[in-house]
Amino acid sequence: MNEQTAYIKHQSPSGEPIIRVENLSYAYPVEDENQEPKQALSDINLTVNPGEFVGIIGHNGSGKSTLSKILNGIIVPDSGDAWIEGMNTKDAEKIWDIRKTAGMVFQNPDNQLVSSVVETDVAFGMENLGVPSDKIKEKVTEVLDMVGMSDYRKARPHQLSGGQKQRIAIAGILAMKPDCIIFDEPTAMLDPNGRGEVMKTILDLNRNHGMTVLHITHYMSELVNADRIVVMDNGKIVAVGTPREIFSKVAMLKKIGLDVPQMTELAYLLRQDGYDLPQDILTIREMVEALCH
Amino acid sequence: MFKDITLGQYYPTGSVIHRLDPRTKINFTFAYIILLFVVNNPVGYLIAIGILALVIALSKIPFVYVARGLKPLIFIVVLTFVLNMFMTPGQVLWQWKFLHISRQGLKLSIFMSLRLVLLVTGTSIMTLATSPMDLTDGMEADMSVIPGIKRFAHDLAMMMSIALRFIPTLMEETDKIIKAQKARGADFETGNLIERAKALIPILVPLFVSAFRRADELATAMEARCYRGGAGRTRMYVLSYQKADTIAYVVLAATAAAMILSRFISYPWPFPFN
Ligand SMILES: Nc1ncnc2c1ncn2[C@@H]1O[C@H](COP(=O)(O)OP(=O)(O)OP(=O)(O)O)[C@@H](O)[C@H]1O
Ligand SMILES: [Mg+2]
Repeated sequence: MNEQTAYIKHQSPSGEPIIRVENLSYAYPVEDENQEPKQALSDINLTVNPGEFVGIIGHNGSGKSTLSKILNGIIVPDSGDAWIEGMNTKDAEKIWDIRKTAGMVFQNPDNQLVSSVVETDVAFGMENLGVPSDKIKEKVTEVLDMVGMSDYRKARPHQLSGGQKQRIAIAGILAMKPDCIIFDEPTAMLDPNGRGEVMKTILDLNRNHGMTVLHITHYMSELVNADRIVVMDNGKIVAVGTPREIFSKVAMLKKIGLDVPQMTELAYLLRQDGYDLPQDILTIREMVEALCH
Repeated sequence: MFKDITLGQYYPTGSVIHRLDPRTKINFTFAYIILLFVVNNPVGYLIAIGILALVIALSKIPFVYVARGLKPLIFIVVLTFVLNMFMTPGQVLWQWKFLHISRQGLKLSIFMSLRLVLLVTGTSIMTLATSPMDLTDGMEADMSVIPGIKRFAHDLAMMMSIALRFIPTLMEETDKIIKAQKARGADFETGNLIERAKALIPILVPLFVSAFRRADELATAMEARCYRGGAGRTRMYVLSYQKADTIAYVVLAATAAAMILSRFISYPWPFPFN
C-alpha cells in the first residue's frame, strides 16, 4: 500500500477523491509593473480522500489561505487544476456546486456571520440555494444540535463568545450539506477555551459524521489527531505524513520557522545530548514511558 | 455616546406588537410620520401621542428604554424649541432687549419639538419591537411592490441587514480603539470644538480601515456560502398577514382619519394654539 491510499476511510460514490490538486501555481497580481510577482503557490499536488482529516501547517504567508481560496473557487489558479469531487474549480457553471460541496470556515468569527440572529445566519446558505422554508427549519435544528448550539437558536451573534460564533459559522456550512469542510485557521482568534470548543466540534464532525476535514492552523497540537499533515513553506509543499512522521522532523520544522509540540522538542533536545529516545514522542505520557523504561 | 442610541436595537418581549407582520409595522410607522406633518393642532397631537402611548404599552417595552433613544436628541430638540421660539416673527407676547417671543413662535416651537420627539420615538419603537431581520424582510417585501425601486429591493435590504448586524460589532470596536488611543495618551475630553474634532481622526481612521477589511472578508464568506443576489433565493420565514395585522390597519385608518379631520375643526381655545 502506498502512502496515499493508506488513509482512505471511505470511498466516494464516483470513486473520485474529495479534493484533488495537480501542479497548481498562483501569483497574486501586482500593481507595480516593475515588481516581480511573488509566487503564492508553486506546483502544489494534493489529494484528500473522503473521511480524511488533513492538516495544513506553514508559517505566515506560506500560501495556506491562497490554497483554500482556490479550492473554494474564490481565486482561479494561474496554472494547474483543482477538482472538488471531480468538478474543476475553473468551471464557472459548477462554482455553486463546488462551494456547496466543499464549505469553508474562515478565521475571523465576526466577519462571516451575515445575520443578526443565529438561526437565520445558519439558514443563509440554504436560502441562497433555494431550499424551501420548512426544510430549512428542520435542517437548522439539526445542525445547531450537531455543533451543540441548540440553546442559542434565537441569540444574536454579538452576544456569543468567539468559540460559539465559530460553531455557528460551522453550523451555517453544515446546513448546506457539504462533503468536506475547509477550515482556514478557525481557532487563530480564539482564547484557549474557544479553541478547545471548536476543535472538539471539528473532530466530532470528522469522527462521528464522516465529514472530510481540511484544517489549516498554526497550532501543531490541533493536528495530533489528523490522518495526515501537509507542511507548506513559501508556496510549496515541503512535507506530507502522519503527525508522528511530521513532528519527528524537528530540525526541518524549525528551519522553516514552525514550532513542534513541547514533548517532541524535548525529546529532540535530549537526543542531541546523546540520550537514546524515539523520535516520535508527542505527549507527556509517552515521554514518561520512554524515559522510565 | 454610541451606547445611548436605541435605534436599531431589538428589545424582544414577545408582545402583540412584536408579533405583527413587519410590513404592517413599517407601513404604520411610515404613515405615522407623514401624519405628524399633517397635524397642526393640539387635538391632532393628542391623538398622535395617544396612539404612540398605546403602542408602547402594548409592546411591553419599558418606557425608560424607549425614552433612552431620545437622549442623543435632547440637544436638537432644545435647539429647535429655542430657535423657533425666538426667531419666529409675529404677535409679540414677551420682550426683553432684543429677545422676543411671539405667539406664532411659541406655537411653532412647541409643535416642532413635539413632532421631533414623536417622530424619533415612533421610529425607535418600531425598531425596538421588530427584529432587524424582520425589519429588512419587511422593507424588502414593501419595496418589491414599488415599480421604480423593485430591482434594488433585495440588495438594499441585504445592505440594511448587514449594517444592522455590524452596528454592535463596530461599536465595540470603536470602544476598543478609543481605549487604545487613550492608553497612547490621546485626549478626547479637553480643547475647543476643532481640537476635539481633530482628536476623532485617530479613532475614525482605524475604524474605517477595519470596516473595509471586514466588508471584504464578509463578501468572501457570503460567496463561499453560495450568495448570488436575490434571484432564486428562498427564505426561512415567509411573511404572512394575520388577524392582528388587519386590526392594526383598521386602527391606522381610524387614526389617520381622526388626525386629518382635526385640521378642519375650529377650536374654541384662544391662546396660543388656534
Ligand atoms: N490579496 C492579496 N494580494 C496580494 N498578495 C497577497 C494577497 N493575499 C496574500 N498575498 C500574498 O500571498 C502569499 C501567501 O499568502 P496566504 O495568505 O496564502 O498565506 P497564509 O499561509 O494563509 O498565511 P497566514 O498564516 O498569515 O494566514 C503571501 O506572500 C501574501 O503576502
Ligand atoms: Mg491565512
